[in-house]
Amino acid sequence: MLTIKNLHAEVEGKKILKGINLEINKGEMHAIMGPNGSGKSSLASVLAGRDNYTVTEGEVWFNGKNLLDMAPEDRAREGVFLAFQYPVEIPGVSNLNFLKTALNEIRAYKGLPALEAREFLKLTKEKQQLVDFHSNLMNRSLNEGFSGGEKKRNEIFQLAMLDPQLAILDETDSGLDIDALRIVSNGVNKLRDAEKSFVVITHYQRLLEYIIPDFVHVLYNGRIIKTGTKELALELEERGYDWLKEELHLKESV
Amino acid sequence: MTSDMILPFYQALTEDVNALSAQVPSLATDTLQDVRRKALERFSTIGLPTLKTEAWRYTNIQRYLKEFPYELLSTASCVPEDVVNSTAIPELDCYRIVLVNGHLQAEQSTLPQGKGITVGAMSAHTTAPGFAAYFNEQQHLAAESMAQLNTALFADGLYIELAANTVIDKPIHVVHVYSCTAHAFIQPRHLWVLNRNAAATIIETSIHPETNTIAFANSVLETVVMENAELWHYNVQQGAESFREVHTTAAQQHKDSRYHHFNFTLPGTPFTRNNLSVALNGSHTETNLNGLYIASKHQHVDNHTFMDHIMPDCNSNELYKGVLLDNANGVFTGKILVHQEAQKTNAFQQNNNLLLGTKADINSQPQLEIYADDVKCSHGFTAGQFSEESMFYLRSRGIGEDAAKALMVNAFSHDITDAVKVPALQHFLQTQIAEIMNN
Ligand SMILES: Nc1ncnc2c1ncn2[C@@H]1O[C@H](COP(=O)(O)OP(=O)(O)O)[C@@H](O)[C@H]1O
Ligand SMILES: [Mg+2]
Repeated sequence: MLTIKNLHAEVEGKKILKGINLEINKGEMHAIMGPNGSGKSSLASVLAGRDNYTVTEGEVWFNGKNLLDMAPEDRAREGVFLAFQYPVEIPGVSNLNFLKTALNEIRAYKGLPALEAREFLKLTKEKQQLVDFHSNLMNRSLNEGFSGGEKKRNEIFQLAMLDPQLAILDETDSGLDIDALRIVSNGVNKLRDAEKSFVVITHYQRLLEYIIPDFVHVLYNGRIIKTGTKELALELEERGYDWLKEELHLKESV
Repeated sequence: MTSDMILPFYQALTEDVNALSAQVPSLATDTLQDVRRKALERFSTIGLPTLKTEAWRYTNIQRYLKEFPYELLSTASCVPEDVVNSTAIPELDCYRIVLVNGHLQAEQSTLPQGKGITVGAMSAHTTAPGFAAYFNEQQHLAAESMAQLNTALFADGLYIELAANTVIDKPIHVVHVYSCTAHAFIQPRHLWVLNRNAAATIIETSIHPETNTIAFANSVLETVVMENAELWHYNVQQGAESFREVHTTAAQQHKDSRYHHFNFTLPGTPFTRNNLSVALNGSHTETNLNGLYIASKHQHVDNHTFMDHIMPDCNSNELYKGVLLDNANGVFTGKILVHQEAQKTNAFQQNNNLLLGTKADINSQPQLEIYADDVKCSHGFTAGQFSEESMFYLRSRGIGEDAAKALMVNAFSHDITDAVKVPALQHFLQTQIAEIMNN
C-alpha cells in the first residue's frame, strides 16, 4: 500500500530525514518509536504534504501513485490521514461544518454525491460513540478551547468519519489519561480491518498494550535504525534508547 | 436655459456650483432655501476633497468623479417589480420600502403602520416635528464637503419618525434603487428619528440595475436615537460594477440609548467611501460599530469612522474587519474623540485585515484624541494572511485550497456575522461570503 524508499527531507536548510525505507501492507499496524527530535513528526508531515519540508531524495508510493506529487488535499482524498500531534484551533469554523465539507470534498473526488443531511447526522452519531466524543463539541469551533484530550479524541473521531486507508497517528496518546487512552485505543481497534493500515507514532509502550502492533520501528536521527515486533517496544521501555544508539555507533564505526 | 448650455457636472462642481442648483427643478419651490444656500456656500469654501484633505488622504475621489461625464439626476423612473424583488433577502419577514433615486415608491412598498409610526418621503415631512428639530443638525456634517453638496442639492429621501414608546414589530428593509439612462450623480437624503423608548431594526440594501450607465450616489443619512431608544441598523453594500458610492451616516445618541451599526461591503462597486459618525449627546449609552469589507479586483473601500464621546459614562465598541483580494485597496480610519467632560468612557476599537491578493493593500489609521483622564480606550490593527498551520490542517482533511479559504474567511468574519441579530440576514450574509470565496 505504502512504499517509502530512501526518503530524505529537510526543513529550513536543516537535514531531518536521512534515508527512510518503509513498506506498509494492507491491514498492518506499524508503530514508530524514537527519542524526541528524531524526526517522527517530520516523517508524518512529509507524508501528509506539509509544504515547509523539502524532499531532497527518495520516493513515496501509495497504491501505485506518486504521493509526493500530490497536493495535501489529494493525498487525503486518496486515503491518507494524519492525526496531528498538535491539532490547531480554528475559531469560527464549526466542527460540524468542517467535517461536512471534508467528507463531501472527499466524496466528490471519488465521484460520489454529497451526503444528505440526515445520512451525515446518522454517521456522525455513530462515529461519535466510537470515541465517546461529546456531541456538544460538534457545534463548537474546531478545537477551540478543547482540552488536550478532547483534541486528540477529535482527531480519532475525524479519522472514523473520513475512513481513510492509511492512518498516521502522531503521539495521539500523549496527554491522555488512562481512561481516555483506553477509549481512544478501543476506537482505533474497532476501525482496524484487513483493508486499512495504521502507523502509530508514540513515545510510550503503554499505548501498544492496547493497540497491538505488527511491527515496531525505531527512528533515530532521521533514520530507521531497528525494526522488530511488539517485544522491541517492551525492550525499549526497559532499556531506553542508549543501547540502540551504541549499537548504531559500533556499526557505523566499522 | 436649454440643456446644451448646462455645464458638465464635474466642471460645475469645481467652477460654478451655483449652476447646479438650476438643474434640480424641485428646489425652486422648496422651503429649505436658506439651509441649501448655506450648504452650497460651505461646499464652495471647503471645496471637493483632494488628497491633501486630511480625511481623504488615501482616497482620490476626484479620480472617480472625473471618470465619467455625470449628470445631476434628481428624478426617478419606474423600476420593474422583478428588479426590486431581486434584492429580497430570503426568508426575511419585513416591511419593504422601495426608493428609486431617493424617491419613495409607495406602490412597491409596504409601510409599517400604527400609532406613533411616521414613514414617508422627506419632501412630504419638512414640517414634521422630527424634521424641524433634527434635519441637518449634525455638526459632523459641516466638515464634510460631500455632505454639504448633498444638503444643497438633494431632491428626496426616506423620513422615519417613531414616537415615544413605539416599537416596530418587524425589520424594515429599505431598498435603494439607483436607476439612470445616462451616467448620473444621485443624492438622496434621509432622516430617521427614534424618540424616547422607541425601537427599530432597519436593513438597507442597494441596487443599480443598469450595466451600461454609471450611477454615483452621494447619500446622507441622519439618525437620531433619543433617550433609551434602540436602533439596529444594517447596511449591506453589494453594488454593481457600474455603481460608485459616497455614503454618509451621521448618528446622534441620547441618554441610555443603544445604537448598533453594521456595515457590509461586498465585492462589486469599484469605489465605496463610508463616512460614519456617532455623537454621544447623552450619558450611559451603548454603541456598537461593526464593519466587514470584502473587496476584490481593483475595488477601493474606505471606511471613515468617528466616535465622538461628548458625555460621560458611555461605552463604544468598534470592530471593522477586511478581506482584501486581488488588487483591492482598503482604507480604515477610526477616530475616537473623548471630550474633557466624558469621564468614565469605555471606547474600544479594532481593525483586522486579511490581505489575500498579491497586490491588495490596507491603510489603517486609528486617531485617538483623549481629553478626559478617567477613561478606558484601546485600539488595535492587524493585517496578515491565513495561518499556514490552519490551511494545512484543513487541506490534510481533503478540503481543497479554495474551499479551505472560504472556510477561513467565514471564520475570520464570524464575530461580525454572529452579531447580526436577524437570522435571515445573518444566513444571507454567510451564504454571500461563502459564494464570494468559492468564485
Ligand atoms: N519548522 C522547523 N524548522 C526547523 N527545524 C524543525 C522544524 N520542524 C522540526 N524541526 C526539527 O526537526 C527535528 C525533528 O523534529 P520532529 O520531527 O518534530 O521530531 P519528533 O517528532 O521525533 O520529536 C528536530 O530537531 C526539530 O527541531
Ligand atoms: Mg513529534
